[in-house]
Amino acid sequence: MNFEFSDDQKQLRDEARRYLAEHSSPKAVRNVLEGRAPYDKELWKGLAGMGFLGVAIPEEYGGAGAGHLELCVIAEEMGRALAPVPFSSSIYLAAEAIMLAGTADQKQKYLPGLAQGTTIGTLALFEGAGNPSQQKIATSVAQNKISGTKKPVPDGAIADIAIVVARSGSSGRETDISLYIVDLKGIGIARKDLQAVDPSRNQAEITFKDAPAEPLGKAGEGWDLLMQVLDRAAVLTAFEQVGGADRALEMGRDYALDRIAFGRPIGSFQAVKHVLADMYVSATLARSNCYYGAWALSTNAGELPEAAATARISATQAFQHCSKQNIQVHGGMGFTWEFDCHLYYRRSNALALGLGSQSYWEDALIDRMRRKNAAA
Amino acid sequence: MNFDDTPQEAAFRAEARKFVEENAPKELEAELSKASLGRIKLKDRNIVDVGKAWQKKKAEGGWACLSWPKEYGGRGATPIERVIWQEEEGIYGKLTSPFQIGEGMCGPTVMAYASEEHKCKYLPKLASGENIWCQLFSEPSAGSDVAGLRTRAERDGSDWIVNGQKIWTSGAHYSDYGILITRTDPTVPKHKGLTMFFLDMKSKGVEVKPIKQVSGASDFNEVFFTDVRIPDSQRLGAVGDGWNVSLTTLMNERMSIGSRIATGFPEIFAFCQNVINEDGVPAVEDRAVRAKLADWACKASGLKYTSYRSISALSRGERPGPENSIGKLVAGVMVQDIAAYAMDLEGAAGVLNDAETAETYGPFQAMLLGAPGMRIAGGTDEILRNIIAERVLGLPGDIRVDKSVPFNQIPTKGRT
Ligand SMILES: Cc1cc2nc3c(=O)[nH]c(=O)nc-3n(C[C@H](O)[C@H](O)[C@H](O)COP(=O)(O)OP(=O)(O)OC[C@H]3O[C@@H](n4cnc5c(N)ncnc54)[C@H](O)[C@@H]3O)c2cc1C
Ligand SMILES: Cc1cc2nc3c(=O)[nH]c(=O)nc-3n(C[C@H](O)[C@H](O)[C@H](O)COP(=O)(O)OP(=O)(O)OC[C@H]3O[C@@H](n4cnc5c(N)ncnc54)[C@H](O)[C@@H]3O)c2cc1C
Repeated sequence: MNFEFSDDQKQLRDEARRYLAEHSSPKAVRNVLEGRAPYDKELWKGLAGMGFLGVAIPEEYGGAGAGHLELCVIAEEMGRALAPVPFSSSIYLAAEAIMLAGTADQKQKYLPGLAQGTTIGTLALFEGAGNPSQQKIATSVAQNKISGTKKPVPDGAIADIAIVVARSGSSGRETDISLYIVDLKGIGIARKDLQAVDPSRNQAEITFKDAPAEPLGKAGEGWDLLMQVLDRAAVLTAFEQVGGADRALEMGRDYALDRIAFGRPIGSFQAVKHVLADMYVSATLARSNCYYGAWALSTNAGELPEAAATARISATQAFQHCSKQNIQVHGGMGFTWEFDCHLYYRRSNALALGLGSQSYWEDALIDRMRRKNAAA
Repeated sequence: MNFDDTPQEAAFRAEARKFVEENAPKELEAELSKASLGRIKLKDRNIVDVGKAWQKKKAEGGWACLSWPKEYGGRGATPIERVIWQEEEGIYGKLTSPFQIGEGMCGPTVMAYASEEHKCKYLPKLASGENIWCQLFSEPSAGSDVAGLRTRAERDGSDWIVNGQKIWTSGAHYSDYGILITRTDPTVPKHKGLTMFFLDMKSKGVEVKPIKQVSGASDFNEVFFTDVRIPDSQRLGAVGDGWNVSLTTLMNERMSIGSRIATGFPEIFAFCQNVINEDGVPAVEDRAVRAKLADWACKASGLKYTSYRSISALSRGERPGPENSIGKLVAGVMVQDIAAYAMDLEGAAGVLNDAETAETYGPFQAMLLGAPGMRIAGGTDEILRNIIAERVLGLPGDIRVDKSVPFNQIPTKGRT
């Protein structure tokens, strides 16, 4: 047993951290947050150039072919730097779905562009309020033409292609659901930007009207594939969340060391120390659960569904907890637009919802644990 | 990142499994599986006797005190091998509770500071369970602030004469030896005038009085010292260096971390699948119950993998840091919350604490009454948070009014 990233992986982490510190500064994040750009195009190109986008995409499809542990390492750094780019949509969702279910031709067609950042992908799943549920999918496909409205679609306004979850049958069962790849620049597409709690990442509504759709994976296996994609994305997103949680903890710690009140650094008051200690506890638990998830993801272990849900729940808690307490430690300053605390607060609450909310994953985890118990 | 056993680890596991299968007291399996946190009660047998018998077998087979060197009764095993052993030992690990303080704290301190002769004399008997050791640190006026202790040791020729009182000493009533921290110089600041010894608990002048605790059991004691003579050869470390010696003890407590910390999660998870709620379905079907269970599942899993990370670090030769303080901090509160929640699900009958009348009544009630101790023993929740804040996060230490004052000039009364 060895429960730690390798030296090479740690080196990759340092490299990514350095790169992102320079190119994904709070100023760059604010540029997108304040609406001056839909995402940071320079950063996106740079990340592609560094080989970070395609780190887990096989070499034959234009990636670096390193693997998922390396992708976890990059994800953590993206979260730490709040990178204002469609990394999660394009890589954890679209590229993962295509790697999982695509034919050799589809992989050849899409993966190189995703790895190089010239194609941006996303997943179009939700249709208004509610958690993932096949009953809520009204978007439908007939003769490879898709119609319906998806919202919110992460990075929907900037993506080139979407993996769309749609209804291809009418039996009322999960097997009615299939996945499709849709060219968002093609015909029959209307897109609308949506306001969101975290404007540093795009959210959009996409309406499909007889748009050409290319099947991804077998017809009727869409829901099952979607569950696998969500599990994989859950682990990767959990790394982003842990990266963000750690940074929020550091910000709080640094501020507590520098800020003087009552003639002492506020970090010398136990009330503040204990707040920070509790942040450390939740960030540490989440990190350890993420490592377990990373192992399951990278080995495609049977434990993945349970490990992914565990990492997801734990990391959501940790990031929300650390980002909100970071504001608290900053006092009035933490409540200003000028200080960066709110950037983490926003992101933590956005990441908490994107793949289904906390209660959805809690439910899923207990289901999975019961199934495992019953099987044992 | 790799969870699989290496071939050597797999061979070690197979050997451990075989030993447990052939030697463990199988007749206690059912009782031990049911024994919940806090005190393990066996129907007809004393846990110390059963524990000693199991420990003796383990020592004969080379499975006791795994990380200790062979010459002192251990096996010289790696940190990972210790975890594998704990996994294989399973529920029988509950029988080791009387020896944990000896194995994890007293033994390593003796190993670091005693003479070779003493090490060879005492350690193998500790390892084999023949002798039980206890830790005599806390006093009525010195718990969290253990350096404020008042038990005096005064030199008399080649002996020291000890007078004073310890309190909360777990297992003192069945212990053969103890490590004892005393004040040898009250005229210097409090951390500087301390000296550590080990002593025979049957020495003349040692009196042990059990304390009845919340749970009704008596696992810890008051220990009084009246002109107790301890030979200078039983001193551990230099005169006045007792504080540093005690830090070795506590550091070793961290080294001995395993994946075995009790959280109560397996118990509540099983319970929620069995207990039927008002709607006539198992409680686990209820969304609200699931949310609680998921939270605890993630905490339990987080602790498990945090310990795996520490063990990986230990295996690479890194020192375990204070970050391990999170284990007890998370688990203590969790056990307490889980106990109260399970009782809530039992409704009015949750108040019953009678293991004889029904299966469900008893384990969580015992947990409820044992959990407060978990949050205090070995460093309170607040002290653990201070440790994390100061040693891990680098925040300033508390302002200390007594640190550089000679001990005998520190005020001992508040309002007069
Ligand atoms: C929405 C809003 C409206 C406001 N309106 C007004 C207004 O109209 N008029 C006005 O005068 N002020 C106003 N304030 C200021 C407000 O009173 C201060 O922000 C507040 O008292 C905290 O002070 P601070 O921001 O300097 O934080 P700090 O005092 O620096 O506190 C930072 C952190 O340290 C902690 N801390 C500080 N000292 C201690 C201690 N001794 N023990 C334990 N913890 C400690 C705090 O709890 C906090 O978590 C407003 C603030 C906000 C957010
Ligand atoms: C079940 C059990 C077994 C034990 N076994 C042993 C044993 O075998 N050997 C042994 O030597 N001792 C043992 N102890 C003693 C244990 O180490 C002490 O009880 C513990 O360190 C707390 O000390 P105290 O009881 O004097 O409480 P106090 O130190 O008086 O603490 C009272 C309260 O004040 C808080 N407090 C104190 N100082 C601070 C501070 N600086 N900052 C913030 N809060 C503070 C504490 O957190 C606590 O809430 C055991 C205790 C228990 C409950």
